[in-house]
Amino acid sequence: MRAFAEVLDGLSTTQSRIGKLALLSAYLRHAPDPDRGWALAALTDGLPLRIAFRRILSDLMAQRADPVLFKISRDFVGDTAETVSLMWPVAPYVDAPPRLSDVVGQLLAAKPSEQAGIIARVLDRCNARERWAFLKLVGGAPRVGVSARLAKTAVAELGDRDVSDVEEVWHALEPPYLDLFRWIEGTGERPDPGIVPVFRPMMLAHPVEEADWPGLDPNDFAAEWKWDGIRVQVAAKGGDVRLYSRTGDDISGAFPEIRSAFAHADVVADGELLVVRQGSVAAFNDLQQRLNRKTVAVKMLRDHPAHLRLYDLLFADGEDLRPLPFADRRRRLEDWHARERPLLTDLSVLIPFASFAELEELWRGARQAGIEGLMLKRRASAYLAGRPKGHWFKWKRAALTLDCVLMYAQRGSGKRSSLYSDFTFGVWRPRVGSNEQELVPVGKAYSGFTDAELRELDRFIRANTTETFGPVRAVQPKLVLEIAFDAVQLSARHKSGVAMRFPRVHRIRWDKPPEEADTLDATLALIDRPAA
Amino acid sequence: MRPVESWLYATDKGLYCAPGDFYIDPPRPVDRALITHGHADHARSGHGHVLATHETIEIIKVRYGVGSAATFQIAALGSAQRIGDVRVRFAPAGHILGSAQIVMEHAGRRAVVSGDYKRATDPTCRPFEVVSCDVFVTEATFALPVFRHERAEDEALRLVQSIARNPERAHLLGVYGLGKCQRMIALVRAQGYDRPIWLHGALVALTELYQNLGFDLGDCRPASTAAADELRGGLIMCPPSALMDRWSRRAGEDPLRVFASGWMRVRGRARQRGVELPLIVSDHADWPELLDTIVETGAEDIWVTHGRDDALVHQLSLMGRRARALALIGYEDDAE
Repeated sequence: MRAFAEVLDGLSTTQSRIGKLALLSAYLRHAPDPDRGWALAALTDGLPLRIAFRRILSDLMAQRADPVLFKISRDFVGDTAETVSLMWPVAPYVDAPPRLSDVVGQLLAAKPSEQAGIIARVLDRCNARERWAFLKLVGGAPRVGVSARLAKTAVAELGDRDVSDVEEVWHALEPPYLDLFRWIEGTGERPDPGIVPVFRPMMLAHPVEEADWPGLDPNDFAAEWKWDGIRVQVAAKGGDVRLYSRTGDDISGAFPEIRSAFAHADVVADGELLVVRQGSVAAFNDLQQRLNRKTVAVKMLRDHPAHLRLYDLLFADGEDLRPLPFADRRRRLEDWHARERPLLTDLSVLIPFASFAELEELWRGARQAGIEGLMLKRRASAYLAGRPKGHWFKWKRAALTLDCVLMYAQRGSGKRSSLYSDFTFGVWRPRVGSNEQELVPVGKAYSGFTDAELRELDRFIRANTTETFGPVRAVQPKLVLEIAFDAVQLSARHKSGVAMRFPRVHRIRWDKPPEEADTLDATLALIDRPAA
Repeated sequence: MRPVESWLYATDKGLYCAPGDFYIDPPRPVDRALITHGHADHARSGHGHVLATHETIEIIKVRYGVGSAATFQIAALGSAQRIGDVRVRFAPAGHILGSAQIVMEHAGRRAVVSGDYKRATDPTCRPFEVVSCDVFVTEATFALPVFRHERAEDEALRLVQSIARNPERAHLLGVYGLGKCQRMIALVRAQGYDRPIWLHGALVALTELYQNLGFDLGDCRPASTAAADELRGGLIMCPPSALMDRWSRRAGEDPLRVFASGWMRVRGRARQRGVELPLIVSDHADWPELLDTIVETGAEDIWVTHGRDDALVHQLSLMGRRARALALIGYEDDAE
């Protein structure tokens, strides 16, 4: 428990990704089995424990602390488990904390009525840091700024492997992951991921740069529309269907209709998840309503119907198609789709073209909503995990831009923590019941400038602060930022009624008077307008 | 016997002792002030006559100048004197260098104003002395059961170990400029750290005062005199406000930010400040120290000043003692 507490403590205060990774790798390298496996479980899918955590904590504290003091303390600390770890009565003599794996073993074997007693005995043997780490372990969500992917990356580093190797077998594993560590450290076989529908690391594209064009031959490439939805992988086997996001998060729960569409399939396919009504793709915002839900109401299914537009086929009937060239996989995809005809799916069409100029012309004429750009896929390329260079290109339109006024700035994190680097900007609209104009925020950007520009912005913000709220400063409306973005859509969640897609700072207009910045009307006029 | 609250009470100028006609740590200029210690919210300039310990007077002179009061009078620790109709004695409080409790006796009752205090050992000041009394006026900065400070020596060791583990990164340690700064220097020296310690300009004068008063703090230099490569892998100390400020950029691309304070017990506070290595070192009493001290004084009445008076008053009532919050203006609840 001591080593686990040290690493969790370090992770909670270390901000840089590299720093977190170094801490995690060092822990996984030195901690024994099965302790490290349980720690890994806590940082990824959670321990397989069923504990009424809140009730147990409140019962334990009711016996040990005055309720008024507990409440005042809880309100101050802001986290129940941490408050318990800090208030827990200190035993007059504390021996070494128990082993992580012993504790987990006891909890796994315990009846629900025995759990509180086990937890109390562990807390009695720990210091404050260990109590906190232990409660985070059994509480299910440590919240120390470590994604499941980062934890898997740390595992991969133990054996100089890529995180995609770990992801590929991950869904076939159970904590405490003994077979995973044996394989990574070279003393065991690769765990077989073939039994359950597991996530296969996805192939991603690079933006096409000006310098790329001379090296690209149109005959080598297939072209498809780039749809503005969520890239997903559907994996189906033996009646079990999973839907994974680009990073391997299981989002099946939110899309039951897609799962049932694949209930009889034995495939792994790659596609774009969209909301489609009467054959036309709805705005991204519609799809967002469906995300991050464990269960879905009938009304949601009816009003925001999900649809899967298929791009690629990775496995079919137990055969791994990934080594095949794209052209062959595409044929297999078309054959399979024609045969099986799963509901709520269609194929992303291939766009015939002779030259890139012709393709650009077709694109200009495309008026369908939901098209974010074009994909160019090399016909001869295998399906390669990650973002390999030279195989897939995304070709997006030049961005839309608006001149906006800087309104608020927030401190960055990590290396940017001494700088104000996150900028909220707004546009003008008439103040209700007056002739005056007021600013209304329309977005937030934290990229698109150089380090030197960032320092200038930081200086401007410090010199023009009107109010400070914790890490946020309000600034005088004096500076115009030319903001580039991919699209603007209506949004009920924002005060201005609009939301931008991928806003970034295009230019800092030190020269432009703020009253000449754009208006909300001009912003609304860009809704659903494809970029130039 | 006249109850203490009839002769010692809060006024808009601060805590007033009527039979002695003096104020204790008044936030506004008065004719006669007794000062418990040199922190800015307790010691202010512009008083007529100031009575304080020798070290506190030296601190006031460094901070506000030798003319910041009309006259200064040294209170020798332990020896009592009569002011008006009150017997007054200063007793060490263990908070920072020169810090003292003020013991007052009048009409057969004894009251102790503790100022700020702690019970943990501190190489830069005298330990707290328990004075039995009828009324004990206590601070409550960390008066929540979640506050139990770590051993300062262990926390200093964590800092020294982190410096050794990260030879490429400067360690930027945020500290309160009077007391915490010099205590942390002494603590890391005791852990064997003998390289130069670099100081933000705001910390230099008071650190020199400690050295002039005989504390061996080793090689401390202004950070402004360092060549850029001298700071890499080194220890730089600054006030908390500079930790995230532009000033911090001289510590290099990616300094490791450290903050030594009792508030670091709570993770949210550390995260809020972007602190990578929080050290739980405080010059204030933690929850058990507050309760132990109050019990040891034997006081029947406890008056709670700045900080979390709600929790402490509640706890003392559970313990069967008379406790009340004493509303005094002008003190910082979370100074440290």
